[in-house]
Amino acid sequence: MESTVAITATPTVETKLRAEHISMSFTRDGESMPVLEDINLEVGNGEFLCLLGPSGCGKSTLLSIIAGFLSPTSGEVKIDGEIVRGPDPRRIFVFQERGVFPWLTVEGNIGFGLFKLTRAERDRRIAHYIKMVGLEGFGKSYPSELSGGMKQRLEVARALAVNPDMLFLDEPFGALDSITRLIMRGELLRIWEAERKTIIFVTHDIDEAVQLADRVAVMSARPGRIQEIVNIDIPHPRDINSARYLELRTGIFNQIGLAHHL
Amino acid sequence: MPSPWGVVGGLVDLTSHGLLVKYVVASLFRVTWGFTLAAILAIPLGLTIGWYRRAEMAFNPLIQFLRPISPLAWIPIAILWFGVGDLSAIFLIFLSCFFPLLLTAINAVRNIPAVYINAGRNFGLSPGALVYRVLYPAVVPQLIVGLRITLGIAWLVVVAAEMIAVNSGLGFLIVDARNAGNRYDLVVAGMVLIGLIGLLLDIGMRSLEKVKSFRWSYSEE
Ligand SMILES: Nc1ncnc2c1ncn2[C@@H]1O[C@H](COP(=O)(O)OP(=O)(O)OP(=O)(O)O)[C@@H](O)[C@H]1O
Ligand SMILES: [Mg+2]
Repeated sequence: MESTVAITATPTVETKLRAEHISMSFTRDGESMPVLEDINLEVGNGEFLCLLGPSGCGKSTLLSIIAGFLSPTSGEVKIDGEIVRGPDPRRIFVFQERGVFPWLTVEGNIGFGLFKLTRAERDRRIAHYIKMVGLEGFGKSYPSELSGGMKQRLEVARALAVNPDMLFLDEPFGALDSITRLIMRGELLRIWEAERKTIIFVTHDIDEAVQLADRVAVMSARPGRIQEIVNIDIPHPRDINSARYLELRTGIFNQIGLAHHL
Repeated sequence: MPSPWGVVGGLVDLTSHGLLVKYVVASLFRVTWGFTLAAILAIPLGLTIGWYRRAEMAFNPLIQFLRPISPLAWIPIAILWFGVGDLSAIFLIFLSCFFPLLLTAINAVRNIPAVYINAGRNFGLSPGALVYRVLYPAVVPQLIVGLRITLGIAWLVVVAAEMIAVNSGLGFLIVDARNAGNRYDLVVAGMVLIGLIGLLLDIGMRSLEKVKSFRWSYSEE
């Protein structure tokens, strides 16, 4: 039944990424250790998804599989309907601040992936992203001359400069102090709202997940499984004292099995 | 023992006979060739071996077996193969530089943090570009340190080699001055020259470490 008019159809978000039955085990001392068990996950185009789970549950492993750095023991990841077979410049992985190249300046780092562009276009993009992440005046500085937060912003700028459609962030703010962390979350949201990339963000911080994500995938301890997916139905900017925020946060606390009183 | 003035006199003596420049050039010539040849062969080989874990496992026993043999122990074989002359001395210097440089290169590759390689692959670099834009800059600081230390070794070995395998150069000067009438002023003058040139070589290599894009690893952490 082909219909030429689609007025009645509600605009559904198209699926960007689909992970199907992902399992992963590592062998250690000759013994196979399961790290991920039957992970199924769907991420919509332009969505901000947080992977939340205790340390060692396999979040980084899952993100590396999704990014194509690791092959799963079984299962597959499809992005735009294509099976992921390796890393791809359309999807950039942001490591912790250690990921910037220390032998390149800020400009060199941001321009790293832009080798196919003309010089003028490259310079234009570098200037644009230096400004976007607030590193004006540091273009000629080396990473060793930057603070942790600046290095982190630099890495985000390097990722955005190649105009990827997905960003994978593995605890990108984990090494920062709590004030810088809050500021960086705000900046990431601002960039996300401006560019609408699909983002998968790994964290073990419940507040961070509820502040940032459209949906939070809560993982169990190793072997990691997806326990629950929580919809964060609060519009941005989020009031972190609102009843709904606290309710969702409490829900996740209970899901993970944490008590409220220390 | 000669007085300091005697040594100065010896230096003047050497200069006036044109021997000072001649011997210094002869020694530097051998060091340059031996050292450069070793660097050209050992560094690419070491980087390749370090990159492939299997290659390292295969080569390691051989490297560890040959490495502790002093280059001076090769002197008789060098003379047998190359005769008494420049070639023997260059071969000995080559040997003395080859293994330290090989090991430096192997370790430098193995120490590259995986995040740099992964980031390079993520941005879609071809294998050649990955070598040129990630692997090479990541290993340069360690290589420079290795080259500096190795050049010092080469300078030690050239003097020893010249005492036996050739008849020019600063090492030869020392042996010859003693044999030809116990001219200890010339012996000490030769020692002073060796020390001085060693110092200059080290200063030259250190200035490489100051190049900013090479310097990153020294300022990190
Ligand atoms: N290459 C590997 N070889 C063997 N075991 C590994 C490897 N990578 C990860 N593991 C193991 O898999 C488990 C999950 O690791 P992973 O890094 O994915 O956890 P994580 O959830 O990211 O933890 P964290 O929050 O601390 O970063 C850990 O027990 C780890 O020891
Ligand atoms: Mg992790």
